[in-house]
Amino acid sequence: MSPTENKLIVHSIESFGTHDGPGIRLVVFLQGCNLQCKYCQNADTIALKGGTPTDIESLVKRAGNMKTYFGDDGGVTVSGGEPMLQSKALIPFFEALKEEGIHTNIDTNGLIRTPEAQHLISALSDLVMFDVKATTEEGFKSITGAKGLDRLLENIQLREQNQKPYWLRYVLVPGYTDSDESLTWLIETFSENSYLEKFEILPYHKLGTYKWESLGMDYQFKDVKENTPEQIDRAFEMLKPHFKDIIVK
Amino acid sequence: MDLENTFKTGRWCKAIEVKDFVTLNITPYTGDHKFLEGPTARTSKLWDLCKEALKEERQNNGLRDVDVNIVSGMTAFEAGFIDKENEVIVGLQTDKLLKRAMKPYGGYNVVKKALSEHGLKPNPVVHESFSKYTKTHNDGVFDAYTDEIRKFRSLGFLTGLPDNYARGRIIGDYRRVALYGINRLIEGKKEDLQKITGPMSDATIRLREEVSEQIRALSDMIEMGTIYGLDLSRPAQNAREAVQWTYMAYLAAVKEQDGAAMSLGSVSSFLDIFIEKDIQDGKITETDAQEYIDQFVMKLRMVRHLRMEAYDQIFAGDPTWVTESIGGLLIDGRSKVTKTSFRFLNTLYNLGPSPEPNITILWSKNLPKGFKDYCAKVSIETSSIQYENDDLMRTSSNCDDYGIACCVSMQELGKHIQFFGARTNLAKTLLLAINSGRCENTGTQMVDGIPFIEEEYLDYDKVIDNFKIAMKEVARVYNEAMNIIHFMHDKYYYEKAQMALIDTNPKINIAYGIAGLSIVADSLSAIKHAKVKPIRDENGLTVDFQIEGDFPKYGNDDDRVDHIARDVVEHFNMELEKLPVYKNAMPTMSVLTITSNVVYGKKTGATPDGRAKGVAFAPGANPMHGRDTHGVIASLNSVAKIDYKDSKDGISNTLSVVPKSLGATPEMRIENLVRTLDGYFGCNAQHLNVNVLDRDTLLHAMEHPEDHPQLTIRVSGYAVNFVRLTREQQQEVLTRSFHETM
Ligand code: SF4
Repeated sequence: MSPTENKLIVHSIESFGTHDGPGIRLVVFLQGCNLQCKYCQNADTIALKGGTPTDIESLVKRAGNMKTYFGDDGGVTVSGGEPMLQSKALIPFFEALKEEGIHTNIDTNGLIRTPEAQHLISALSDLVMFDVKATTEEGFKSITGAKGLDRLLENIQLREQNQKPYWLRYVLVPGYTDSDESLTWLIETFSENSYLEKFEILPYHKLGTYKWESLGMDYQFKDVKENTPEQIDRAFEMLKPHFKDIIVK
Repeated sequence: MDLENTFKTGRWCKAIEVKDFVTLNITPYTGDHKFLEGPTARTSKLWDLCKEALKEERQNNGLRDVDVNIVSGMTAFEAGFIDKENEVIVGLQTDKLLKRAMKPYGGYNVVKKALSEHGLKPNPVVHESFSKYTKTHNDGVFDAYTDEIRKFRSLGFLTGLPDNYARGRIIGDYRRVALYGINRLIEGKKEDLQKITGPMSDATIRLREEVSEQIRALSDMIEMGTIYGLDLSRPAQNAREAVQWTYMAYLAAVKEQDGAAMSLGSVSSFLDIFIEKDIQDGKITETDAQEYIDQFVMKLRMVRHLRMEAYDQIFAGDPTWVTESIGGLLIDGRSKVTKTSFRFLNTLYNLGPSPEPNITILWSKNLPKGFKDYCAKVSIETSSIQYENDDLMRTSSNCDDYGIACCVSMQELGKHIQFFGARTNLAKTLLLAINSGRCENTGTQMVDGIPFIEEEYLDYDKVIDNFKIAMKEVARVYNEAMNIIHFMHDKYYYEKAQMALIDTNPKINIAYGIAGLSIVADSLSAIKHAKVKPIRDENGLTVDFQIEGDFPKYGNDDDRVDHIARDVVEHFNMELEKLPVYKNAMPTMSVLTITSNVVYGKKTGATPDGRAKGVAFAPGANPMHGRDTHGVIASLNSVAKIDYKDSKDGISNTLSVVPKSLGATPEMRIENLVRTLDGYFGCNAQHLNVNVLDRDTLLHAMEHPEDHPQLTIRVSGYAVNFVRLTREQQQEVLTRSFHETM
């Protein structure tokens, strides 16, 4: 095994993840992303340089030390950045976690389609949380800087076909993703999916702005306002009847 | 009501065995909190009066009133009431609400000082008596202290020792008065006394004198009841009397003594047996039951001792540690959670949040879910309760009837006492190792035989060798001080009222303690894993340290440093265990600071972990502020590695989280807090304070204390009204890690 295969490039570790999947989770934030979303809250994870090469073994041990906290549904979430950029190393990591009986989850933008990423999606990961950035290719590009909705949909389909559970997360950006058309598209595209377990609406907020500034980068969404409670309610009420488990975070 | 015909009989009928009574008659409750009732109009009226009085107390520099004429004792004062006609549970320490009393037997100078800080003086008769004729604990200790002990004390190696105030920590089994009535208890003690016969060794003579004192105290207790029109000579006849009698027994203790911590024990499920009976018989309703508990708890909240300002540095916020332990399992596996366990917690809603009584949940993974969820909810909404690992303590001591003395220390009720020993400063002890046995601040030679470290960069093995010499010597001096203190406390300020409610000749443990563990662990980790260069002054004393490179820090679930912390605790405890103790007490140790982590920091020079001179330590066994960068669980797991067997008096840890970090919805927050507690205690950790607060709330309270009179926050092993902390202590609380990652 080459050195990169038993090391992950880690941005940071949060041992008390309560917002990234079910239960209490060890969240491993990996360094590097293939997108550059204008509202990214972890702008410091985007760069492909940096991060700390970390032994998979030590991460497995860390997760093992948390077993008493996991209860029935906690476990490990890899997030980022885009974790699938390191899908090669994720495979031995997840295999080892599986051996330890620890639940695995990937928080991904869903664009990467390498064989390893596909293996994680179709089989290995116990859960996948896909970010749905936008509902049209143009919208996708205006938020992430690149097109890619088609690849995301293919990956979601792959998960669905393999009958494996997944969650969708949708950031509600006023003026970008909260139109009636967008919400209708979500209903039409996903409401019939059998393995979609949970739909999370994430209100847009600017908490990560300071990171852009401290990196000397321009926060292009400066003028985008955070959602009003009415906007959130409206979206929630519209989507609610169509998804069995839907929450606003 | 004849109790033996009312309740299931057993050993408790023949001997003084409250535990047997509880085990036979308890009704465990597995439901949720929906049955609870709000406060009665009477309770609310009384509490309004208390709030008014508390406000006056705050406005009057923390002292509403004090009696300068009467030396406190069980029968010293007339009956006192808040508002007699609304009180279903009566009794105050003095004749007036929040009026403090002089208890000069611990140390007369302290009483004088406390009064003079408010421009007052003791009455001349009291003054003459205590300055000319009556010797106190404090006088005795200083007669016996060696120069060496004084030096360790004044330079801050040993701090907060109970040598000028009462040691506390002894928990009377207050339930005995309700279950047996005092006449029966006197009979028992008389029988014991008869059996203590020659040869007349020191120990035997002392014990005979002590038991005689206890018998006298029991008579006084009956008289104290009479002042309130209560006949404590007989057992309680109903639920209200059971609460009242138990409270009277506790009141006797806090009229007699002003020990640092005077715990209540574990009375809720005992009282539940009487309450359950009266409810079953249709004599009282849920509203009545809650009223008894609310008013009992209200009285406990009003307990006060006269303290001087300096005392506030080690025990900030005027705590009394009326620690009540709730929950846990019986050895037979049944839960000890009863409806009255819930009723106690419900007082935090009916009367609002409060630091006292210091409600401590004895956590077991097998507690009923309804109770676990309710505890988590109460924590999230009030930050007023703490948790201890019942599975760990019950199984390691094979005991299921215990209370928590003070903050974290297990004590079997009625069978076991402890000698409180404050703590030693382990960070300064480490500096002795690097400064050839001299105090880093003054250059005073403290410990002989430690070679000077010549090398430019500190060598781990050499530092460890020196540190071991330093620990051994500090342990020796500490032990000598403790033996003197407890000898004198027994002699001059014996806890006769509490000891009268404990078996004659109980088990005793001596409770040593350490402060600065995280500093020591990080310092040694820096020396081992990075390069540390001491900067020395012209006398060769360290004034600073330069660190090159990074090093693992305690609080991140990293064995490379966590095992250093674990091993240091094991080693120091082992040194203490070797030393002979007064009354053959069993040596134990805690990792606990109360709020003295601030003073300890002040007295300690720069340390090799990069901490600057004078900076506050982390409290208890907590990782140092801001160094635990991997989130809550990693931080908890580091602390959990300290082995309870090496620190049987307790390992204190305080967790502060912002509400949102526990989860997105109220239900998820409850669920995740329960999992956190199950997880932490599942790793054999011992203690956890839980604060769920926004930093902004605290900032607001600093500026507008009047808006937050009841804002409560947990600190090392107890809770305080945040607004009663000094500015410096408030700031220290704010610098702690508030885990807020989402
Ligand atoms: S995909 Fe996620 S990590 Fe990457 S830029 Fe977008 S928001 Fe940031």
